[in-house]
Amino acid sequence: MTVLPLDIEGPAAPPRSNGELVFAAPWESRAFGMTMALHDRGLFEWEAFRQQLIRAVARAEAAGGGFSYYRCWLEALQTLLDTEGLVDAAAVEERVGVLACRPPGHDHEHGH
Amino acid sequence: MSPVPAPSDLPVELRTEALESILVEKGLVDPAVLDKFIKTYAEDVGPLNGAKVVAKAWTDPEYKARLLADGTAAIAAMGFKGPQGECIVVVENTPTLHHLVVCTLCSCYPWPVLGLPPGWYKDPAYRARAVREPRALLAEFGLELGSEVEIRVFDSSSEVRYMVLPERPAGTEGLSEEELVPLVTREAMTGVAKAKAP
Repeated sequence: MTVLPLDIEGPAAPPRSNGELVFAAPWESRAFGMTMALHDRGLFEWEAFRQQLIRAVARAEAAGGGFSYYRCWLEALQTLLDTEGLVDAAAVEERVGVLACRPPGHDHEHGH
Repeated sequence: MSPVPAPSDLPVELRTEALESILVEKGLVDPAVLDKFIKTYAEDVGPLNGAKVVAKAWTDPEYKARLLADGTAAIAAMGFKGPQGECIVVVENTPTLHHLVVCTLCSCYPWPVLGLPPGWYKDPAYRARAVREPRALLAEFGLELGSEVEIRVFDSSSEVRYMVLPERPAGTEGLSEEELVPLVTREAMTGVAKAKAP
């Protein structure tokens, strides 16, 4: 097993104060919030999500390259929702395609 | 089950937005509830909670005994409870015994007292090396421990989440509970640092 260097200066560096931002980007907070809201409604057991997260983390580490914890989190949530029959993975991909085709300069959720 | 494409195939922001829009349309997620969870964990629940627990334990021997005997109950007694706090075990650092906390498989962490885990806690290097070479890892965090100090590594899981009760720093005998709180960092409560000197 190779020794992985611990990132001392970069984005995964140990924070030097308690004021570190919890989420590095808005989408990370949305992925987190969705998961909590779904679990809060009793739609899945936390352990079921955790098992998916463990698998997603293991896959990402095996694949190498840059590690994004919340990418693993999102992948785990999608897989779980697909497995539980709540949201079909293909429906998400279709929606991504629709969103990607929006005209430039759009903004979302204005409710107009 | 249909395969979920690799995360790198599509922009992750779009994937997140797509999933959220579907969940809201299906009525599975209330956007207000989603926003409330984000705000709670981004702004309200954080290591300040754990710092209050530690400062109380440093100044109240009876509370410290309760905390070490049943961390979950003693922490809940201070009003800190919620998801990922179902079973919290507190382990005490001493001059000859140092505890380090990790989650080797994912990122289990006692949210009610420490908030969401920081980047380094989730990093593959930290998760692998905490178990394999904790002394070298701690040295990279700036914590050089002498050979007389035994290091014990605790692996948090969904069943048990660990929090470290750091040693009270020397020279703090005259400080009140409130004055001690700022000395207790998230790093001290996971065991990658000691509490700050006053």
